[in-house]
Amino acid sequence: MPDELLHLPVIHRVLARDKDTPGALLPILHAIQHDIGYIPDAAVAEIAHALNLSLAEVHGVISFYHDFRTTPPARHTLRLCRAESCQSRGAEALAAQLREQLALDDHGTSADGAISLRPVYCLGACACSPALELDGQVHARLTPERLRALVNACREDAAC
Amino acid sequence: MLKLYIPCDSVARAVGADQVADALQREAERRQLPLDIQRTSSRGLYWLEPLLECDSAQGRQGFGPVTPDDVPSLLDAFTGEPGEPGEPGGHSLALGPVEDIPYLKTQQRLLFARAGITRPLSLDDYRAHGGFAGLEAAVALDGAEVVAAVLDSGLRGRGGAAFPAGIKWRTVRDAVAGQKYVVCNADEGDSGTFADRMLMEGDPFLLIEGMIIAGLAVGADKGYIYVRSEYPDAIRVLDQAFAIARDAGYLGSDVAGSGQAFDLEVRVGAGAYICGEETALLESIEGKRGIVRAKPPLPALQGLFGLPTLVHNVLTLASVPIIIAKGASFYRDFGMGRSLGTMPFQLAGNIRQGGLVERAFGLTLRELVEGYGGGTASGRPLKAAQVGGPLGAWVPPSHFDTPLDYEAFAAMGAMLGHGGVVVADDTLNMASMARFALQFCAEESCGKCTPCRIGSTRGMEVVDRLIATSDMTERHDQALLLRDLCDTMQYGSLCAMGGMTAYPVASALKYFPADFGLTHTEAAQ
Repeated sequence: MPDELLHLPVIHRVLARDKDTPGALLPILHAIQHDIGYIPDAAVAEIAHALNLSLAEVHGVISFYHDFRTTPPARHTLRLCRAESCQSRGAEALAAQLREQLALDDHGTSADGAISLRPVYCLGACACSPALELDGQVHARLTPERLRALVNACREDAAC
Repeated sequence: MLKLYIPCDSVARAVGADQVADALQREAERRQLPLDIQRTSSRGLYWLEPLLECDSAQGRQGFGPVTPDDVPSLLDAFTGEPGEPGEPGGHSLALGPVEDIPYLKTQQRLLFARAGITRPLSLDDYRAHGGFAGLEAAVALDGAEVVAAVLDSGLRGRGGAAFPAGIKWRTVRDAVAGQKYVVCNADEGDSGTFADRMLMEGDPFLLIEGMIIAGLAVGADKGYIYVRSEYPDAIRVLDQAFAIARDAGYLGSDVAGSGQAFDLEVRVGAGAYICGEETALLESIEGKRGIVRAKPPLPALQGLFGLPTLVHNVLTLASVPIIIAKGASFYRDFGMGRSLGTMPFQLAGNIRQGGLVERAFGLTLRELVEGYGGGTASGRPLKAAQVGGPLGAWVPPSHFDTPLDYEAFAAMGAMLGHGGVVVADDTLNMASMARFALQFCAEESCGKCTPCRIGSTRGMEVVDRLIATSDMTERHDQALLLRDLCDTMQYGSLCAMGGMTAYPVASALKYFPADFGLTHTEAAQ
């Protein structure tokens, strides 16, 4: 993908800075995803070369960890907690509400690129379940009304 | 000047603490009222968050849970009456002196002694409340004496496995190598647990102090804290705390005048639950997939990068400063049997008063859930509590008088784990929770061993068939198969992920057969 080549300077900068760190691969992947928003395909060969790893080893690590994306993210990422504590406070009903409101599955991204859904298993807010994380901000003691309002705010933001 | 305290803890913020702080600032400016807002850690009384506190002659007075709308009336109360500020006991949110709230007053807080009192990144606050007393004592001791104190204290690993900490310390100290490591497992992925998060966000110097003492004692000059990516606030606070500690001479080439070097680095996880398993965590720090290693070799001898490594949970390392400062016998006087010291239990799920309860081992689950927790948040009948995270057993109320003790829980086929307690009311279906446990295992299994990789998926299928069939013989056969599968996973898996997924499944089947369409008699067979 030619436009991915535009990301090469970022990738090279991260590699130059971090490649000699012991166990550098995860910090490098986090840094690239932080700067670019995802791990472009073009990064894999560059990382493999810099760290003297095989392409398979780099691909293997990217695909093993849930956090790493290989495609650009939506404008907003909503991660609803689906673990036991939140389930005991109605998280499954909230998940169903989300699926219905956005007509998406639990891992879906809306067609307009406004919002991506991701399940998450525990945000450490279990004393105030149910909880979700929206663009890095945790919201706890969630109600159906509050969830609907948060989603609407994401969609309105997409319209402008 | 009016001085108020409100937590900067991420969950206090998730329920509106920042909005309350902003509203206070704005309203005070409007009234031209000089105001000092201190952002402290959280007390862990989460049902009262956002919990606002102000000084008074009787100690800090609490108000909560506060919303921005309450701000004008609260400021009226703080400033309007002729009495001391902080005596506005008439306000509808007034809780009285915070330390007299029974939930807090009856706790035995050693690890969380500073919770809600100090500002997380203030070295002065930390020192003023006993911080670095352990390190100062440790620097004056020989490493072997420090190891002996940890051994004598009876401290066991707080991550879940409860292995005697001192034995690990001795093994790493005695190992001969040019480089050793201390690794803190802060991959707190269990649902219902948040003590590590609270401690890292709220009292980071305590963890740093514990790791320094460990490094000096075992001869390691480098430490890593592996924090899950779901805890961005903890990561930020730790990074800032490292910089402050370095400037103050607590980290670097000559730690606290010891002549020894020690430094710390945060490594951020990437959303893999299995990386909470210590060998998978080491693989992850090394930059690999989080695949579990077979043991032996023990990490204490061949750990990170193949070198001797002391791996401990956050709470284990954070317990060390108090053991060294106050002595092993002080610490071991708390607790019962072989479960010594205190444990920060975490009350979560469908619970009226969710929060952190640090007590010596030995109180009962009933005291915790009904006494501290006040029963379910929904007001519906209590059905069960899952103790120890997603790999812990569902315990029915009939077993709630069991003391919270590693051995007592093991004896009933359960575990204390990391001290998390998730409470459920009668609307939660235990067959679907059993299926969830297996589904979670299937999603998070590293795939190295067969019982976990295959067993989890087969288990989901068995639960689905069991629930779907109306034929009682078939149902009975599937239940038998499920128990058999649990047995295989428990005894045949390489690590606790597959091994203990059997706990929630088998306990759900044993105590709640009706949810599977079975009668008690069938389930017991």
